[in-house]
Amino acid sequence: MTTTLPPAAPMDPGHPAAYAGTSTLGDPGQIDAEGVCAWFSGRLVLETVNLTMEKSKVTALIGPSGCGKSTFLRILNRMHEVVPGAQLAGSVRLDGVDIYGPGQRAMETRRHIGMVFQKPNPFPAMTIAENVLAGLKFSRISPASKDDLIEESLSKAGLWNEVKDRLGELGGALSGGQQQRLCIARSLAVKPRVLLMDEPCSALDPTSTLRIEQTIKEIADEVTVVIVTHNMQQAQRVSDYCAFFLAEENQPGRVIEAGRTEMIFGEPTDQRTFDYVNGQFG
Amino acid sequence: MTVTTTSRKGQRNAELMAIDLDLAPRTPERAVPTPITITRDYSTPDRIFRRGVQASGVGVFLLLVAIGSFLAWSGWPAFQKAGWSFFTHSGPVVPGAHPSFGVLASLTGTVEVAFVAMIFGAPIAICTALFLSEYAPLRTRRSLIAMIDLAAAIPSIIFGLWAFFELQPNVVGFSTWLSRHLAFIPLFKVTSPPLNASIFIAGLVVGIMIVPIVASICREVFSLAPAGEREAALALGASKWQMIRTVVLPFGRGGMIGAVMLGLGRALEETIAVSIILAGSYKVTHQILQHGGSTISQLIAINFGSGGTLGLHDLLLCGFVLFLLTLVINLAASAIVNRSRSGAGVDL
Amino acid sequence: MTPDGTTQTAPKGVLVTTTSASTQSAPLRDQPAVVPPATAEGMLPPTPPRPRRLPTPIRPSAFGAQDVAILVGAALSALCLVWIVFYQLTSLSGGLGFLICWYLAFLGLTWFGTAQIIERQVATDRVVAVVVVSAALLVVGIVIFIVGWVTYKAVPTIHWGSLFTKDQKNFEVADPNALAHVGILHAIIGTIEQVLIAVAIGVPFAIATAIYLNEVRGFGSRTVRTVVTAMSGTPSVVAGIFIYSMLILTHVLNYSGFAASLALVVILLPSVTRVVEEVLRVVPSGLREASQALGAPEWRTVWSVVLPTARSGVVTAVLLGIARIVGETAPLLFTAFGSQVKNWNPFLHDQGALPLVIWSDVRQAQPVLIDLAFQAAFVLMALVLILFVLARIFSRAKGKGRAKTRPDEDDFLARVFIPIPIEEREEST
Repeated sequence: MTTTLPPAAPMDPGHPAAYAGTSTLGDPGQIDAEGVCAWFSGRLVLETVNLTMEKSKVTALIGPSGCGKSTFLRILNRMHEVVPGAQLAGSVRLDGVDIYGPGQRAMETRRHIGMVFQKPNPFPAMTIAENVLAGLKFSRISPASKDDLIEESLSKAGLWNEVKDRLGELGGALSGGQQQRLCIARSLAVKPRVLLMDEPCSALDPTSTLRIEQTIKEIADEVTVVIVTHNMQQAQRVSDYCAFFLAEENQPGRVIEAGRTEMIFGEPTDQRTFDYVNGQFG
Repeated sequence: MTVTTTSRKGQRNAELMAIDLDLAPRTPERAVPTPITITRDYSTPDRIFRRGVQASGVGVFLLLVAIGSFLAWSGWPAFQKAGWSFFTHSGPVVPGAHPSFGVLASLTGTVEVAFVAMIFGAPIAICTALFLSEYAPLRTRRSLIAMIDLAAAIPSIIFGLWAFFELQPNVVGFSTWLSRHLAFIPLFKVTSPPLNASIFIAGLVVGIMIVPIVASICREVFSLAPAGEREAALALGASKWQMIRTVVLPFGRGGMIGAVMLGLGRALEETIAVSIILAGSYKVTHQILQHGGSTISQLIAINFGSGGTLGLHDLLLCGFVLFLLTLVINLAASAIVNRSRSGAGVDL
Repeated sequence: MTPDGTTQTAPKGVLVTTTSASTQSAPLRDQPAVVPPATAEGMLPPTPPRPRRLPTPIRPSAFGAQDVAILVGAALSALCLVWIVFYQLTSLSGGLGFLICWYLAFLGLTWFGTAQIIERQVATDRVVAVVVVSAALLVVGIVIFIVGWVTYKAVPTIHWGSLFTKDQKNFEVADPNALAHVGILHAIIGTIEQVLIAVAIGVPFAIATAIYLNEVRGFGSRTVRTVVTAMSGTPSVVAGIFIYSMLILTHVLNYSGFAASLALVVILLPSVTRVVEEVLRVVPSGLREASQALGAPEWRTVWSVVLPTARSGVVTAVLLGIARIVGETAPLLFTAFGSQVKNWNPFLHDQGALPLVIWSDVRQAQPVLIDLAFQAAFVLMALVLILFVLARIFSRAKGKGRAKTRPDEDDFLARVFIPIPIEEREEST
């Protein structure tokens, strides 16, 4: 039985939940993907993925490039259907509610499941403060205190100290790592249940990468994190669970193995997993 | 070039070669080498080719200069005779009277027609451009774009015919409605019917004619809005319109302004469709709903063949004014489009 | 897997999927590394049992039955509302005003309905979508209507025997069968001659200028590019009176088709130059470099490599240039002047043309002449449409080695009619 996701409620960090629902907005959520398949213009690129992303945990999706990790990630917040010619199958449940069920709106889902992209994309025509509040403007939520929310989001993203006296500057004026942290702050400001990250550090320098990894570990209590990464060491540092994707020649991508990070890297059950995490290919 | 050698003689040679090859460390007395100048020596056919092509470019330049100068030169006697009252006064040519001919009525008419055209045409064009770039299904997009570009190809005389026979009768009813119920706006006041052959109708048809121009440029500009920002907006839970408002429209602002200016330039110069609708008059009028009014291009076109009351030089001066006006607007529009964030990416 | 080989139950909540059924007895790290199955020969693992039936794709759509119902409901209730207001409450009259009021009420009710049933964010989004779609429908509808209307007015009255064979010399007002004795032959001759001469003069000029701007370049290319942009915005009326003042007033020429051609060249030149320059830009520079590396002089490179590659684009530009000048009326008023009789000589005497026939005949009092004007309009429009379609066909046929750089590439075709500025490219030495 599917129920519609509760609509976004006015947020105030101090207020208790304003309605009775399966969970309140802002609590970390669990995603269960079952039988997920994906097509691009008729070509099957992802086959029968069954995966659970535990709440308050960081799940990493690893694997060589081109095996469907990013496609799977985008299915989780309904960004896959934006691409013309894209199709999908299966079910994705957020805290038990199928986000692809009838009557579910993509916009609504994306408020609960946020995304940070590979290339930082702050809105260049908006100031830093406006960037952070952009998601709230879309959802028509007005927080009790805008300044507090800006400070809270930027602090969680690890950017507050660097920009606290220049909140009026345009978003495009920051460095690459700062822009990515701004994007993270922007996604966190709407208090999503899950945050998806598509190779967030691949375009950044090592210092910014470390800072963002730190951020991921800090926010994991409040937000379930699913991160796609090429960097196995990053997956080991940051994640609690891992899923190994692989697309063999002329085959669609599949999950080969999934489990706790220590198991995947230490004692994988599949030969291919072992080879990948030991750097034999990819 | 590195020289590796182990023998003593070889080493000595290497040192010598190092000096020759300028690998030795620089000392203040040693000068930095200057680059050699390469002269391109073209063969005769090539020289003819280059000269010919350059001459063509120069020819185009001379043509533009010729247009401006001849018009100015031919129109000068009229300016000499009337002075600045040519532009500030309105009236037909009356022999003996001074000042006799003035184009103020036509100037105001031109502005009013362009104004009406922009009010109707620009929003419709921008909405159409948004439809084509954001909302149209991919498979039909091409045909829809072709159909709207076709509207730019329809000759203006056919637009004029259609406006005269079809649009005008229907709009007259609407003008009546407007004049009756919105008469508190001075622009809509009507003192003497009939309401056909009005600036309003002429503006409407010119507005339709500029839609494909503005829409085409805007569509190109909108489609260049960066996909990363679009995705970011959608991923934050924005609806399509919110995404457009946050990403596409701010990005396309420069292109939109340039497009609207180009549409304005087109509206100012439209001759034939306006001439079919408007009858022409010398009275300055602000009552756009009722008959009457004239534009500069219409003045030139109507009065020419009839050998009418207008002096030739007056007409040519009008032509020069029109030429200058559209020149300035087009150059400004191109500067705005090319310098904006959206224009810089538009590879036209 | 624990070292002794027994399987450990996976932590709760995580599905461990392994597609391969092979279990190893010894820890994997003690085994020699194996190349992944995809690249090694003879090492393919047993292929996993493929799911026999993939689930059918689901189609998440943002626009469902509920949304259609809201729209229809809003339309109907807007109709009722406006009808009541118009006819029962006030004395407003109908027609276009009614339509506009209905449309505004429809938008308002859609917004309210969606806001109540779904939410405000979706309501605004929906109203904007309706506005945008209706704007596009309006424009497309007007274009189709104009084309259809001209056809409808012209075709029933056409006498196919005389249309293309007679001119207006034998027109008599009292003739009951006047339409069979008049035609537009004079206009067709005039248009064809004037356009052909204009193309013969203007196209080489335009191609040469485009080559100058793109291939040869020099000191003045920036200026010339600005000049071409400026000239493309020149009103056609100005082109006409320019030729008039420069050549006819000074008695170098009389009213003639040739003078008209010169005026048309002024309009044709910047449009075709712009499009050809764009087409030349698309030719990959690797081709030019290859030609130069083979020792070809510049003119040879352009003639044998660049132009043939761009051939389809140049043909398209020419076709569209023709489509543009065929419909121009204003410049012809001052140069060809128009005529009722056929004139085969473009260098002497007034000459008619299709737009001029329309211009002069539509003002006449006799309905026969008005019909003739419509027929001429129909022929003109058919000509423009055919040229447009031909141009699109040609643009699809790729020149040798030309790669499509943008998805909507053949939209540059419309640039002939639109005075878009050319972006300046950085000069590379």
